[in-house]
Amino acid sequence: MMISQARHQAQQSQAKVKATKPKYRQGVLGFLLLLPSVLVLGVFVFYPMVKTLWLSTQLTDLAGHPIKFIGLRNFRNLILSDSFITSFTVTVVFVVFTTFLTIIISYMLAIFASQRIRGIAVFRTIFSSTMGVSVTVASILWLFIFNPQIGLLSKLLSQLHLPPINWLSDPIWSLVAIIGTTVWMNLGFAFLVLLGAIQAISEDLYRVADLDGASKLLRLRKITLPATKPTTFFVTVVTLINAFQTFGQVDILTAGGPDYHTNLLVYAIYQDAFVNHSVGRASAQSVILTLIIMLCTVIQFRVNKRRADKNAK
Amino acid sequence: MSIELQHIKKTYANGEEVLTDINATIEDGQFYILVGASGSGKSTILNAVAGFLPIDSGQVIINDQDVTTLPPKNRHLSMVFQNYALMPNLTVSENIVFGLSARHVSKEIKAKKLREALSLVHLEDYQDKRPGNLSGGQRQRVSLARALVSEAKIVLMDEPLSNLDAKLRAEMRKEIRTLQQQLGLTVIYVTHDQTEAMTMGDQVMLLNQGKIEQVGAPLELYNHPVNTFVADFFGSPAINLLSVEIDQNKLTLSNGITLQLNGPIKSGSYQIGIRPENVVLTPTGRFSGVIAQIEPLGDGTNIAIDMKLPNLIRIKLNEQTSLKLGDSVTFDILNTKAMIFNSDGQRMTIGKESLVVS
Repeated sequence: MMISQARHQAQQSQAKVKATKPKYRQGVLGFLLLLPSVLVLGVFVFYPMVKTLWLSTQLTDLAGHPIKFIGLRNFRNLILSDSFITSFTVTVVFVVFTTFLTIIISYMLAIFASQRIRGIAVFRTIFSSTMGVSVTVASILWLFIFNPQIGLLSKLLSQLHLPPINWLSDPIWSLVAIIGTTVWMNLGFAFLVLLGAIQAISEDLYRVADLDGASKLLRLRKITLPATKPTTFFVTVVTLINAFQTFGQVDILTAGGPDYHTNLLVYAIYQDAFVNHSVGRASAQSVILTLIIMLCTVIQFRVNKRRADKNAK
Repeated sequence: MSIELQHIKKTYANGEEVLTDINATIEDGQFYILVGASGSGKSTILNAVAGFLPIDSGQVIINDQDVTTLPPKNRHLSMVFQNYALMPNLTVSENIVFGLSARHVSKEIKAKKLREALSLVHLEDYQDKRPGNLSGGQRQRVSLARALVSEAKIVLMDEPLSNLDAKLRAEMRKEIRTLQQQLGLTVIYVTHDQTEAMTMGDQVMLLNQGKIEQVGAPLELYNHPVNTFVADFFGSPAINLLSVEIDQNKLTLSNGITLQLNGPIKSGSYQIGIRPENVVLTPTGRFSGVIAQIEPLGDGTNIAIDMKLPNLIRIKLNEQTSLKLGDSVTFDILNTKAMIFNSDGQRMTIGKESLVVS
């Protein structure tokens, strides 16, 4: 009896200690654990973000120092400028085509590579290999391919007795060239992720289809596509956001030309900030780009949440 | 709708033999069970019948037609999978008629068959739900309905109940058996569970490492196992297998106890097998030992007795008992029920009868 009472008391006092002391300690510990990421994010993300937002409302001098608060005039000037409208339109066209082509092509490659054929692993390696190529290397590689005199594509066209194309100096073809290069670079990652999703589908589902002789199209429509929908959506959003941030290819292949026709937003921001020295204008464009990407992310979160809710029901 | 398997062989690329000369005749309307431990080749046989897996040699004959090289869709059979294999994005109804859609069956017939199938598996109220919102048992019913709606008279089932909990499994066992008899289906059923094999099958094939150990009715396998593997596979608790030395009619257990046989047998080492239910506790028993394990089951008790043999003697009592661990007991075996196996584990008989120990 006495023993059990003593034990009971000990437990109670222990519980008290647990309830009061660690609460405060946990707070400190939690803060300490957060500190590194708060510092890094603060210095490299939040501070530049706030500064950009502030700069976008300023008139700046050639050195980038703010001179005067001008409200939203930077934004108004942007919307009224032809070069911004061109670069905005080109960016949208670029992003739409790049994303669309990346997804379609990588999905087809993934379906092909998911088959059980001898030696298919070789193709898997080849298809995913562009993941290991840096933007610079890829761009220089394609610079050679697009070269009007010695380039592979020019040789090919002349072999087929087609008129030569000025890949990097024609307003339309230069955008095509940038899109092609970017799609090629995106393929590795998109392919690998989609291949993983396709291979994760239970083989039994296809066996059910086999028993009834379901056509290839029906299998694709009723089994493969629905099962890979979340992954495809994820890859689409990632590709989309990446496409908005394209810089290296433009810098190396066309430098935004001809006549702003490949002047994608990030490149335009770079040009305005570091070549034309109008930091206010560049900041305003950055804010616009941020808003667009934020919108994409919000949509992605919404869709994912809706799917999670639906599955939980 | 009979199925015949003739000399089926399958070897993997790494030289491992998964099936060695499998022969079987599955008659119309039979519930045929393939049972064995994992890796015994039972699922491989099922996949060979379905046409998912090419075989190296031998023939699969369905209804007197050689289908060995035909693709699965031309074999006119349906299948139920362990993991249900339902399309998560389709509703219950859509899943059930998936095969009919693939075969371009008209809308009216589809609707009619769907209604029939839903009522057979009692899922009328769930037809618009998605598989994700159903319990395991309901999912397996959907999978069953999909197999039934195809009107294939042969249904292959690959461990359909293994993912269900024990109570549901017992229920579904009866339900599947009833459906099979009601619709006159020919079923090949793969399982690793001896209870399913015993309770559901008309015929049971016990497989071990790609070879057939024995084929027969469930009680045939239980009462007349051809070797120690079969004897040991069926029955819970498992059969008591004891190493013995025999000299003419004299049988000696490894602890020195001797028994008389009903007939002479070639001298040498043998094993005798006695099922736990054929051992009885009795004050006049010829054997004695100490209780080493007790498992009360409510409707009975499993006990194990140490009588200084390498193995404990398992006994199945049909009543509750007040005996405790360490109690000394005397017991006896029902003489006519003992089996004898030679040193290779093959069953021996003496004359027409099996061994009688007295």
